[in-house]
Amino acid sequence: MSATADVPARTTPARRRSGSWDGLILLVLALLAWQGMHLYVGEAALASPVKTLTFLAGFLRGPVFWGHFAATLAAFGWALLIGAVGGIVIGLVLGERRFAGDVAEPILAGLYAIPKVTLYPMILLIFGLGMSAKVAFGVIHGIIPIILFTMGAVKTISPVLLRAARAMRLTRRQTALEVLVPAVLPEILTGLRIGFSLTFLGVLIGEMFASQRGLGFLIVNGINLHNVPMTTGMILVIVLFALAANGLLLWLHRRFGGPSATPEHA
Amino acid sequence: MKLKREHALTLARLGVIGGAVLLVEALCRSGVINPLTLLPPSRMAADLFGLLASGQIAHDMAFTAGTIGAALVLSIALGFGLGVLVHALPRVRRALDPLLASYYSVPFFIFYPLLVAIFGLNAFPLVVLGMAFAAPAMMMSTMAGLDRIPRVLLRVARAHRLSRVETVRQIVLPSAAPYLFTGMRLALAYTFIGVIAGEFIMASSGIGHAIAYAYEGFDNNTMYALMLLVLVVVTVINMSLHAYETRLAKRRARA
Repeated sequence: MSATADVPARTTPARRRSGSWDGLILLVLALLAWQGMHLYVGEAALASPVKTLTFLAGFLRGPVFWGHFAATLAAFGWALLIGAVGGIVIGLVLGERRFAGDVAEPILAGLYAIPKVTLYPMILLIFGLGMSAKVAFGVIHGIIPIILFTMGAVKTISPVLLRAARAMRLTRRQTALEVLVPAVLPEILTGLRIGFSLTFLGVLIGEMFASQRGLGFLIVNGINLHNVPMTTGMILVIVLFALAANGLLLWLHRRFGGPSATPEHA
Repeated sequence: MKLKREHALTLARLGVIGGAVLLVEALCRSGVINPLTLLPPSRMAADLFGLLASGQIAHDMAFTAGTIGAALVLSIALGFGLGVLVHALPRVRRALDPLLASYYSVPFFIFYPLLVAIFGLNAFPLVVLGMAFAAPAMMMSTMAGLDRIPRVLLRVARAHRLSRVETVRQIVLPSAAPYLFTGMRLALAYTFIGVIAGEFIMASSGIGHAIAYAYEGFDNNTMYALMLLVLVVVTVINMSLHAYETRLAKRRARA
Protein backbone atom coordinates (compact mmCIF):
# COMPACT_ATOMS: atom_id res chain seq x y z
CA MET A 1 0.00 0.00 0.00
CA SER A 2 2.78 2.35 -0.81
CA ALA A 3 0.60 5.20 -1.94
CA THR A 4 -2.26 5.06 0.49
CA ALA A 5 -0.98 6.76 3.57
CA ASP A 6 0.57 10.07 2.70
CA VAL A 7 0.68 12.11 5.84
CA PRO A 8 0.29 15.77 4.94
CA ALA A 9 3.15 17.84 6.29
CA ARG A 10 2.77 20.33 9.08
CA THR A 11 1.15 23.47 7.76
CA THR A 12 1.62 27.15 8.39
CA PRO A 13 -1.42 29.17 9.63
CA ALA A 14 -1.85 30.87 6.24
CA ARG A 15 -1.82 27.54 4.48
CA ARG A 16 -4.21 26.14 7.02
CA ARG A 17 -6.65 28.97 6.35
CA SER A 18 -6.56 28.31 2.61
CA GLY A 19 -6.79 24.63 3.53
CA SER A 20 -10.08 25.12 5.34
CA TRP A 21 -11.40 27.07 2.34
CA ASP A 22 -10.35 24.15 0.18
CA GLY A 23 -12.19 21.82 2.50
CA LEU A 24 -15.33 23.93 2.23
CA ILE A 25 -15.10 24.01 -1.57
CA LEU A 26 -14.60 20.25 -1.68
CA LEU A 27 -17.60 19.74 0.59
CA VAL A 28 -19.80 21.92 -1.63
CA LEU A 29 -18.54 20.12 -4.74
CA ALA A 30 -19.27 16.74 -3.13
CA LEU A 31 -22.82 17.82 -2.25
CA LEU A 32 -23.38 19.17 -5.76
CA ALA A 33 -22.06 15.94 -7.28
CA TRP A 34 -24.36 13.95 -5.00
CA GLN A 35 -27.39 16.06 -5.97
CA GLY A 36 -26.45 15.85 -9.66
CA MET A 37 -26.04 12.09 -9.45
CA HIS A 38 -29.42 11.87 -7.73
CA LEU A 39 -31.08 13.87 -10.51
CA TYR A 40 -29.35 11.74 -13.13
CA VAL A 41 -30.11 8.25 -11.78
CA GLY A 42 -33.44 9.02 -10.15
CA GLU A 43 -35.20 8.55 -6.84
CA ALA A 44 -35.21 4.75 -7.11
CA ALA A 45 -31.43 4.41 -6.94
CA LEU A 46 -30.01 7.27 -4.89
CA ALA A 47 -31.75 9.55 -2.39
CA SER A 48 -31.06 13.29 -2.53
CA PRO A 49 -28.89 14.90 0.17
CA VAL A 50 -31.86 16.70 1.72
CA LYS A 51 -33.99 13.58 1.82
CA THR A 52 -31.14 11.50 3.24
CA LEU A 53 -30.45 14.01 6.00
CA THR A 54 -34.15 14.26 6.88
CA PHE A 55 -34.34 10.48 7.01
CA LEU A 56 -31.21 10.28 9.17
CA ALA A 57 -32.51 12.94 11.56
CA GLY A 58 -35.51 10.74 12.28
CA PHE A 59 -33.74 7.38 12.11
CA LEU A 60 -30.90 8.37 14.43
CA ARG A 61 -33.44 9.30 17.09
CA GLY A 62 -35.02 5.83 17.11
CA PRO A 63 -33.57 2.77 18.90
CA VAL A 64 -33.18 0.61 15.74
CA PHE A 65 -30.13 2.42 14.42
CA TRP A 66 -28.28 2.43 17.73
CA GLY A 67 -28.76 -1.33 18.15
CA HIS A 68 -27.14 -2.00 14.77
CA PHE A 69 -24.52 0.68 15.37
CA ALA A 70 -23.60 -0.94 18.69
CA ALA A 71 -23.32 -4.35 16.98
CA THR A 72 -20.92 -2.98 14.36
CA LEU A 73 -18.95 -1.04 16.94
CA ALA A 74 -18.60 -4.06 19.25
CA ALA A 75 -17.38 -6.34 16.44
CA PHE A 76 -15.04 -3.63 15.18
CA GLY A 77 -13.69 -2.88 18.67
CA TRP A 78 -12.85 -6.52 19.41
CA ALA A 79 -11.35 -7.06 15.95
CA LEU A 80 -9.20 -3.95 16.26
CA LEU A 81 -8.05 -4.86 19.78
CA ILE A 82 -7.05 -8.39 18.75
CA GLY A 83 -5.48 -7.20 15.50
CA ALA A 84 -3.51 -4.38 17.16
CA VAL A 85 -2.19 -6.36 20.13
CA GLY A 86 -1.51 -9.49 18.09
CA GLY A 87 -0.03 -7.54 15.19
CA ILE A 88 2.32 -5.48 17.33
CA VAL A 89 3.51 -8.48 19.37
CA ILE A 90 4.09 -10.65 16.28
CA GLY A 91 5.71 -7.72 14.49
CA LEU A 92 8.09 -7.05 17.40
CA VAL A 93 9.11 -10.71 17.61
CA LEU A 94 9.62 -11.06 13.85
CA GLY A 95 11.44 -7.74 13.66
CA GLU A 96 13.92 -8.80 16.31
CA ARG A 97 14.65 -12.19 14.76
CA ARG A 98 16.17 -11.31 11.43
CA PHE A 99 15.91 -14.74 9.83
CA ALA A 100 12.35 -15.47 10.92
CA GLY A 101 11.37 -11.98 9.78
CA ASP A 102 12.94 -12.42 6.34
CA VAL A 103 11.22 -15.77 5.97
CA ALA A 104 7.84 -14.36 7.00
CA GLU A 105 7.84 -11.06 5.09
CA PRO A 106 7.05 -12.23 1.53
CA ILE A 107 4.56 -14.78 2.86
CA LEU A 108 2.73 -12.03 4.76
CA ALA A 109 2.91 -9.67 1.78
CA GLY A 110 1.41 -12.43 -0.37
CA LEU A 111 -1.40 -12.98 2.13
CA TYR A 112 -1.99 -9.23 2.20
CA ALA A 113 -2.63 -9.12 -1.56
CA ILE A 114 -5.16 -11.94 -1.84
CA PRO A 115 -8.86 -11.04 -1.96
CA LYS A 116 -9.70 -12.15 1.56
CA VAL A 117 -13.42 -11.86 0.89
CA THR A 118 -13.33 -15.24 -0.79
CA LEU A 119 -12.20 -16.74 2.52
CA TYR A 120 -15.27 -15.50 4.35
CA PRO A 121 -17.32 -18.70 3.87
CA MET A 122 -14.48 -20.63 5.50
CA ILE A 123 -14.52 -18.23 8.46
CA LEU A 124 -18.29 -18.70 8.68
CA LEU A 125 -17.92 -22.48 8.68
CA ILE A 126 -15.29 -22.31 11.41
CA PHE A 127 -16.88 -19.70 13.67
CA GLY A 128 -20.55 -19.99 12.76
CA LEU A 129 -22.85 -17.12 11.90
CA GLY A 130 -22.63 -14.13 14.17
CA MET A 131 -20.31 -11.91 16.11
CA SER A 132 -17.19 -14.08 16.28
CA ALA A 133 -17.11 -14.62 12.50
CA LYS A 134 -17.29 -10.85 11.93
CA VAL A 135 -14.50 -10.28 14.46
CA ALA A 136 -12.31 -12.97 12.89
CA PHE A 137 -12.89 -11.52 9.44
CA GLY A 138 -11.96 -8.03 10.66
CA VAL A 139 -8.81 -9.41 12.28
CA ILE A 140 -7.55 -11.21 9.16
CA HIS A 141 -7.96 -7.96 7.21
CA GLY A 142 -6.27 -5.68 9.71
CA ILE A 143 -3.53 -7.70 11.39
CA ILE A 144 -1.17 -8.15 8.42
CA PRO A 145 -0.36 -4.47 7.76
CA ILE A 146 0.14 -3.96 11.49
CA ILE A 147 2.62 -6.86 11.59
CA LEU A 148 4.44 -5.63 8.47
CA PHE A 149 4.80 -2.04 9.69
CA THR A 150 5.87 -3.03 13.22
CA MET A 151 8.39 -5.48 11.81
CA GLY A 152 9.74 -2.86 9.41
CA ALA A 153 10.06 -0.34 12.23
CA VAL A 154 12.05 -2.69 14.47
CA LYS A 155 14.26 -3.85 11.61
CA THR A 156 15.23 -0.35 10.56
CA ILE A 157 16.06 1.06 14.02
CA SER A 158 19.35 2.83 13.67
CA PRO A 159 22.10 0.87 15.49
CA VAL A 160 23.51 4.21 16.61
CA LEU A 161 20.53 4.64 18.92
CA LEU A 162 21.11 1.28 20.56
CA ARG A 163 24.83 1.98 20.90
CA ALA A 164 24.05 5.34 22.47
CA ALA A 165 21.72 3.64 24.93
CA ARG A 166 24.46 1.21 25.85
CA ALA A 167 27.01 3.98 26.16
CA MET A 168 24.72 5.79 28.58
CA ARG A 169 24.31 2.54 30.50
CA LEU A 170 20.53 2.63 30.32
CA THR A 171 18.77 -0.30 31.92
CA ARG A 172 16.76 -2.62 29.69
CA ARG A 173 13.58 -0.94 30.84
CA GLN A 174 14.95 2.50 30.12
CA THR A 175 16.23 1.39 26.72
CA ALA A 176 12.82 0.06 25.84
CA LEU A 177 10.87 3.07 27.06
CA GLU A 178 13.26 5.89 26.13
CA VAL A 179 14.80 4.58 22.91
CA LEU A 180 12.90 1.71 21.30
CA VAL A 181 9.33 2.90 21.78
CA PRO A 182 9.89 6.45 20.46
CA ALA A 183 11.90 5.06 17.53
CA VAL A 184 9.23 2.63 16.34
CA LEU A 185 6.13 4.59 17.33
CA PRO A 186 5.60 6.56 14.07
CA GLU A 187 5.68 3.47 11.87
CA ILE A 188 3.48 1.51 14.24
CA LEU A 189 0.99 4.38 14.19
CA THR A 190 0.95 4.24 10.38
CA GLY A 191 0.41 0.49 10.53
CA LEU A 192 -2.39 0.96 13.04
CA ARG A 193 -4.06 3.57 10.84
CA ILE A 194 -4.08 1.25 7.83
CA GLY A 195 -5.03 -1.69 10.03
CA PHE A 196 -7.88 0.38 11.45
CA SER A 197 -9.34 1.08 8.00
CA LEU A 198 -8.96 -2.50 6.81
CA THR A 199 -10.44 -3.94 10.00
CA PHE A 200 -13.44 -1.67 9.55
CA LEU A 201 -13.72 -2.79 5.94
CA GLY A 202 -13.53 -6.45 6.96
CA VAL A 203 -16.24 -6.10 9.60
CA LEU A 204 -18.56 -4.26 7.19
CA ILE A 205 -18.11 -6.80 4.39
CA GLY A 206 -18.79 -9.51 6.96
CA GLU A 207 -22.04 -7.76 7.81
CA MET A 208 -23.04 -7.29 4.20
CA PHE A 209 -22.75 -11.01 3.55
CA ALA A 210 -24.70 -13.42 5.77
CA SER A 211 -25.47 -11.27 8.78
CA GLN A 212 -28.56 -9.97 10.51
CA ARG A 213 -27.05 -7.12 12.48
CA GLY A 214 -24.88 -4.09 11.96
CA LEU A 215 -24.58 -1.14 9.59
CA GLY A 216 -23.41 -3.34 6.69
CA PHE A 217 -26.59 -5.40 7.07
CA LEU A 218 -28.70 -2.21 7.05
CA ILE A 219 -27.21 -1.19 3.67
CA VAL A 220 -27.97 -4.54 2.03
CA ASN A 221 -31.35 -4.66 3.74
CA GLY A 222 -32.17 -1.19 2.41
CA ILE A 223 -31.40 -2.41 -1.12
CA ASN A 224 -33.51 -5.53 -0.72
CA LEU A 225 -36.48 -3.58 0.70
CA HIS A 226 -36.03 -0.71 -1.80
CA ASN A 227 -35.54 1.63 1.13
CA VAL A 228 -33.26 4.03 -0.76
CA PRO A 229 -32.87 6.72 1.95
CA MET A 230 -31.82 3.97 4.38
CA THR A 231 -29.04 2.71 2.08
CA THR A 232 -27.84 6.21 1.21
CA GLY A 233 -28.02 7.35 4.83
CA MET A 234 -26.06 4.38 6.17
CA ILE A 235 -23.38 4.88 3.53
CA LEU A 236 -23.12 8.51 4.61
CA VAL A 237 -22.82 7.54 8.28
CA ILE A 238 -20.08 5.00 7.54
CA VAL A 239 -18.12 7.38 5.29
CA LEU A 240 -18.27 10.15 7.90
CA PHE A 241 -17.23 7.75 10.65
CA ALA A 242 -14.28 6.48 8.58
CA LEU A 243 -13.15 10.00 7.63
CA ALA A 244 -13.41 11.25 11.22
CA ALA A 245 -11.48 8.28 12.60
CA ASN A 246 -8.81 8.64 9.93
CA GLY A 247 -8.52 12.36 10.60
CA LEU A 248 -8.05 11.67 14.30
CA LEU A 249 -5.37 9.05 13.60
CA LEU A 250 -3.57 11.38 11.18
CA TRP A 251 -3.59 14.06 13.86
CA LEU A 252 -2.18 11.58 16.39
CA HIS A 253 0.50 10.68 13.87
CA ARG A 254 1.51 14.31 13.43
CA ARG A 255 1.36 14.93 17.18
CA PHE A 256 3.37 11.90 18.27
CA GLY A 257 5.03 10.82 15.04
CA GLY A 258 7.81 13.30 15.56
CA PRO A 259 10.26 14.47 12.93
CA SER A 260 11.24 10.91 12.04
CA ALA A 261 7.77 10.13 10.68
CA THR A 262 8.34 8.66 7.24
CA PRO A 263 5.30 9.19 5.06
CA GLU A 264 6.89 7.68 1.95
CA HIS A 265 7.08 4.40 3.68
CA ALA A 266 3.41 4.08 4.18
CA MET B 1 27.81 -16.44 1.62
CA LYS B 2 25.02 -14.10 0.60
CA LEU B 3 23.72 -16.58 -1.93
CA LYS B 4 23.62 -19.24 0.74
CA ARG B 5 21.44 -17.08 2.95
CA GLU B 6 19.10 -16.52 0.00
CA HIS B 7 18.87 -20.28 -0.46
CA ALA B 8 18.26 -20.86 3.23
CA LEU B 9 15.49 -18.26 3.20
CA THR B 10 13.78 -19.79 0.18
CA LEU B 11 14.02 -23.25 1.71
CA ALA B 12 12.63 -22.01 5.03
CA ARG B 13 9.73 -20.28 3.26
CA LEU B 14 8.89 -23.40 1.31
CA GLY B 15 9.19 -25.38 4.52
CA VAL B 16 6.78 -23.07 6.38
CA ILE B 17 4.18 -23.13 3.59
CA GLY B 18 4.58 -26.87 2.91
CA GLY B 19 4.46 -27.62 6.63
CA ALA B 20 1.26 -25.62 7.05
CA VAL B 21 -0.40 -27.43 4.13
CA LEU B 22 0.70 -30.83 5.44
CA LEU B 23 -0.51 -29.97 8.95
CA VAL B 24 -3.98 -29.04 7.66
CA GLU B 25 -4.00 -32.19 5.52
CA ALA B 26 -3.10 -34.37 8.52
CA LEU B 27 -5.66 -32.70 10.80
CA CYS B 28 -8.38 -33.16 8.19
CA ARG B 29 -7.46 -36.76 7.37
CA SER B 30 -7.32 -37.75 11.05
CA GLY B 31 -10.74 -36.22 11.68
CA VAL B 32 -9.60 -33.52 14.14
CA ILE B 33 -11.06 -30.99 11.69
CA ASN B 34 -14.61 -31.79 10.68
CA PRO B 35 -14.99 -32.33 6.89
CA LEU B 36 -18.04 -30.05 7.05
CA THR B 37 -15.72 -27.22 8.12
CA LEU B 38 -12.59 -27.69 6.05
CA LEU B 39 -11.51 -30.13 3.36
CA PRO B 40 -7.99 -31.56 3.08
CA PRO B 41 -5.90 -29.50 0.61
CA SER B 42 -5.27 -32.53 -1.60
CA ARG B 43 -9.03 -32.92 -1.96
CA MET B 44 -9.40 -29.23 -2.88
CA ALA B 45 -6.76 -29.62 -5.58
CA ALA B 46 -8.44 -32.74 -6.97
CA ASP B 47 -11.85 -31.00 -6.99
CA LEU B 48 -10.37 -27.96 -8.70
CA PHE B 49 -8.82 -30.14 -11.36
CA GLY B 50 -12.17 -31.81 -11.95
CA LEU B 51 -13.95 -28.45 -12.20
CA LEU B 52 -11.41 -27.09 -14.66
CA ALA B 53 -11.53 -30.24 -16.77
CA SER B 54 -15.35 -30.28 -16.89
CA GLY B 55 -15.46 -26.70 -18.21
CA GLN B 56 -18.25 -25.90 -15.74
CA ILE B 57 -16.60 -22.73 -14.47
CA ALA B 58 -15.21 -21.55 -17.80
CA HIS B 59 -18.01 -19.00 -18.14
CA ASP B 60 -17.47 -17.56 -14.64
CA MET B 61 -13.72 -17.43 -15.16
CA ALA B 62 -14.11 -15.60 -18.46
CA PHE B 63 -16.56 -13.13 -16.88
CA THR B 64 -14.24 -12.38 -13.96
CA ALA B 65 -11.17 -12.11 -16.18
CA GLY B 66 -12.95 -9.75 -18.58
CA THR B 67 -14.25 -7.56 -15.76
CA ILE B 68 -10.85 -7.38 -14.09
CA GLY B 69 -9.16 -6.64 -17.41
CA ALA B 70 -11.54 -3.79 -18.23
CA ALA B 71 -11.30 -2.32 -14.73
CA LEU B 72 -7.49 -2.62 -14.79
CA VAL B 73 -7.00 -0.89 -18.14
CA LEU B 74 -9.43 1.88 -17.25
CA SER B 75 -7.95 2.49 -13.80
CA ILE B 76 -4.40 2.62 -15.11
CA ALA B 77 -5.40 5.06 -17.87
CA LEU B 78 -7.55 7.19 -15.56
CA GLY B 79 -5.07 7.10 -12.67
CA PHE B 80 -2.15 8.01 -14.92
CA GLY B 81 -4.08 10.82 -16.61
CA LEU B 82 -5.31 12.30 -13.34
CA GLY B 83 -1.86 11.93 -11.80
CA VAL B 84 -0.20 13.87 -14.63
CA LEU B 85 -2.95 16.52 -14.59
CA VAL B 86 -2.95 17.10 -10.83
CA HIS B 87 0.85 17.05 -10.74
CA ALA B 88 0.80 19.97 -13.20
CA LEU B 89 -1.63 21.96 -11.01
CA PRO B 90 -0.02 22.44 -7.57
CA ARG B 91 -2.92 24.49 -6.25
CA VAL B 92 -5.44 21.73 -7.01
CA ARG B 93 -3.05 19.19 -5.61
CA ARG B 94 -2.80 21.01 -2.29
CA ALA B 95 -6.57 21.03 -2.04
CA LEU B 96 -6.82 17.34 -2.91
CA ASP B 97 -4.05 16.23 -0.53
CA PRO B 98 -6.18 15.61 2.56
CA LEU B 99 -8.77 13.87 0.40
CA LEU B 100 -6.18 11.51 -1.05
CA ALA B 101 -4.66 10.88 2.37
CA SER B 102 -7.96 9.59 3.71
CA TYR B 103 -9.30 8.06 0.49
CA TYR B 104 -8.44 4.49 1.39
CA SER B 105 -9.84 4.81 4.91
CA VAL B 106 -13.35 4.75 3.46
CA PRO B 107 -14.59 1.17 3.04
CA PHE B 108 -15.54 1.42 -0.63
CA PHE B 109 -17.47 -1.81 -0.83
CA ILE B 110 -20.37 -0.16 0.96
CA PHE B 111 -20.99 1.79 -2.27
CA TYR B 112 -21.37 -1.39 -4.25
CA PRO B 113 -25.09 -2.03 -3.54
CA LEU B 114 -25.70 1.57 -4.57
CA LEU B 115 -23.78 1.03 -7.81
CA VAL B 116 -25.89 -2.04 -8.50
CA ALA B 117 -29.05 -0.02 -7.92
CA ILE B 118 -27.78 2.62 -10.36
CA PHE B 119 -26.27 0.50 -13.13
CA GLY B 120 -28.11 -2.79 -12.75
CA LEU B 121 -26.83 -6.25 -11.88
CA ASN B 122 -24.14 -6.69 -14.57
CA ALA B 123 -20.43 -6.20 -15.06
CA PHE B 124 -20.63 -2.40 -15.10
CA PRO B 125 -20.91 -1.75 -11.34
CA LEU B 126 -18.07 -4.25 -10.82
CA VAL B 127 -15.83 -2.32 -13.21
CA VAL B 128 -16.71 0.94 -11.43
CA LEU B 129 -15.99 -0.62 -8.03
CA GLY B 130 -12.64 -1.97 -9.24
CA MET B 131 -11.75 1.45 -10.65
CA ALA B 132 -12.78 3.29 -7.49
CA PHE B 133 -10.44 0.97 -5.64
CA ALA B 134 -7.49 0.95 -8.03
CA ALA B 135 -7.35 4.27 -9.90
CA PRO B 136 -6.32 6.43 -6.88
CA ALA B 137 -3.38 4.11 -6.16
CA MET B 138 -2.20 4.53 -9.75
CA MET B 139 -2.76 8.29 -9.52
CA MET B 140 -0.73 8.63 -6.32
CA SER B 141 2.08 6.46 -7.70
CA THR B 142 2.17 8.57 -10.86
CA MET B 143 2.46 11.77 -8.84
CA ALA B 144 5.15 10.21 -6.64
CA GLY B 145 7.09 9.17 -9.75
CA LEU B 146 6.86 12.62 -11.33
CA ASP B 147 7.92 14.22 -8.02
CA ARG B 148 11.10 12.20 -7.92
CA ILE B 149 12.56 12.99 -11.34
CA PRO B 150 16.05 14.33 -10.52
CA ARG B 151 16.24 18.07 -11.27
CA VAL B 152 19.66 17.62 -12.77
CA LEU B 153 18.29 15.34 -15.50
CA LEU B 154 15.75 17.94 -16.53
CA ARG B 155 18.54 20.49 -16.69
CA VAL B 156 20.55 18.11 -18.86
CA ALA B 157 17.55 17.81 -21.17
CA ARG B 158 17.39 21.58 -21.46
CA ALA B 159 21.12 21.80 -22.10
CA HIS B 160 20.72 19.32 -24.93
CA ARG B 161 17.74 21.30 -26.24
CA LEU B 162 15.52 18.24 -26.27
CA SER B 163 12.00 18.83 -27.49
CA ARG B 164 9.10 18.33 -25.05
CA VAL B 165 8.24 14.95 -26.49
CA GLU B 166 11.87 13.86 -26.41
CA THR B 167 12.22 15.03 -22.78
CA VAL B 168 9.22 12.95 -21.80
CA ARG B 169 10.48 9.93 -23.70
CA GLN B 170 14.13 10.07 -22.67
CA ILE B 171 13.99 11.56 -19.17
CA VAL B 172 10.56 11.64 -17.59
CA LEU B 173 9.27 8.17 -18.38
CA PRO B 174 12.47 6.27 -17.54
CA SER B 175 12.86 8.11 -14.21
CA ALA B 176 9.24 7.64 -13.22
CA ALA B 177 9.05 4.06 -14.50
CA PRO B 178 9.63 2.22 -11.20
CA TYR B 179 6.84 4.20 -9.55
CA LEU B 180 4.53 3.69 -12.49
CA PHE B 181 5.24 -0.03 -12.34
CA THR B 182 4.47 -0.13 -8.61
CA GLY B 183 1.26 1.75 -9.33
CA MET B 184 0.26 -0.80 -11.96
CA ARG B 185 1.04 -3.68 -9.62
CA LEU B 186 -1.12 -2.10 -6.90
CA ALA B 187 -3.85 -1.41 -9.44
CA LEU B 188 -3.86 -5.08 -10.44
CA ALA B 189 -4.09 -6.27 -6.83
CA TYR B 190 -6.85 -3.76 -6.05
CA THR B 191 -8.96 -4.51 -9.12
CA PHE B 192 -8.73 -8.20 -8.25
CA ILE B 193 -9.90 -7.52 -4.71
CA GLY B 194 -12.58 -5.06 -5.79
CA VAL B 195 -14.08 -7.17 -8.57
CA ILE B 196 -14.06 -10.50 -6.74
CA ALA B 197 -15.41 -8.95 -3.54
CA GLY B 198 -18.19 -7.24 -5.50
CA GLU B 199 -19.09 -10.50 -7.22
CA PHE B 200 -19.15 -12.16 -3.85
CA ILE B 201 -21.53 -9.67 -2.25
CA MET B 202 -23.98 -9.34 -5.13
CA ALA B 203 -23.65 -10.52 -8.75
CA SER B 204 -25.11 -12.84 -11.35
CA SER B 205 -21.88 -14.50 -12.51
CA GLY B 206 -18.15 -14.58 -11.88
CA ILE B 207 -15.83 -16.55 -9.63
CA GLY B 208 -16.76 -14.56 -6.51
CA HIS B 209 -20.42 -15.21 -7.20
CA ALA B 210 -19.73 -18.91 -7.76
CA ILE B 211 -18.04 -19.13 -4.34
CA ALA B 212 -20.96 -17.40 -2.60
CA TYR B 213 -23.41 -19.61 -4.52
CA ALA B 214 -21.58 -22.78 -3.50
CA TYR B 215 -21.52 -21.59 0.12
CA GLU B 216 -25.26 -21.00 0.13
CA GLY B 217 -25.82 -24.45 -1.45
CA PHE B 218 -23.61 -26.21 1.15
CA ASP B 219 -21.41 -27.37 -1.75
CA ASN B 220 -18.10 -27.34 0.14
CA ASN B 221 -16.22 -29.20 -2.58
CA THR B 222 -16.88 -26.57 -5.23
CA MET B 223 -16.45 -23.74 -2.74
CA TYR B 224 -13.01 -24.81 -1.55
CA ALA B 225 -11.86 -25.69 -5.06
CA LEU B 226 -12.76 -22.17 -6.22
CA MET B 227 -11.08 -20.55 -3.20
CA LEU B 228 -7.95 -22.50 -4.05
CA LEU B 229 -8.19 -21.28 -7.65
CA VAL B 230 -8.34 -17.62 -6.55
CA LEU B 231 -5.46 -18.07 -4.09
CA VAL B 232 -3.25 -19.79 -6.67
CA VAL B 233 -3.96 -17.32 -9.50
CA VAL B 234 -3.41 -14.24 -7.34
CA THR B 235 -0.27 -15.63 -5.72
CA VAL B 236 1.28 -16.65 -9.05
CA ILE B 237 0.58 -13.24 -10.61
CA ASN B 238 1.91 -11.37 -7.60
CA MET B 239 5.04 -13.46 -7.34
CA SER B 240 5.90 -13.14 -11.02
CA LEU B 241 5.37 -9.36 -10.97
CA HIS B 242 7.46 -9.10 -7.81
CA ALA B 243 10.24 -11.18 -9.37
CA TYR B 244 10.14 -9.03 -12.52
CA GLU B 245 10.30 -5.84 -10.46
CA THR B 246 13.29 -7.12 -8.47
CA ARG B 247 15.11 -8.05 -11.67
CA LEU B 248 14.40 -4.65 -13.13
CA ALA B 249 15.73 -2.94 -10.00
CA LYS B 250 18.90 -5.06 -10.10
CA ARG B 251 19.52 -4.21 -13.74
CA ARG B 252 19.01 -0.55 -12.96
CA ALA B 253 21.50 -0.71 -10.08
CA ARG B 254 24.08 -2.31 -12.37
CA ALA B 255 23.58 0.16 -15.20
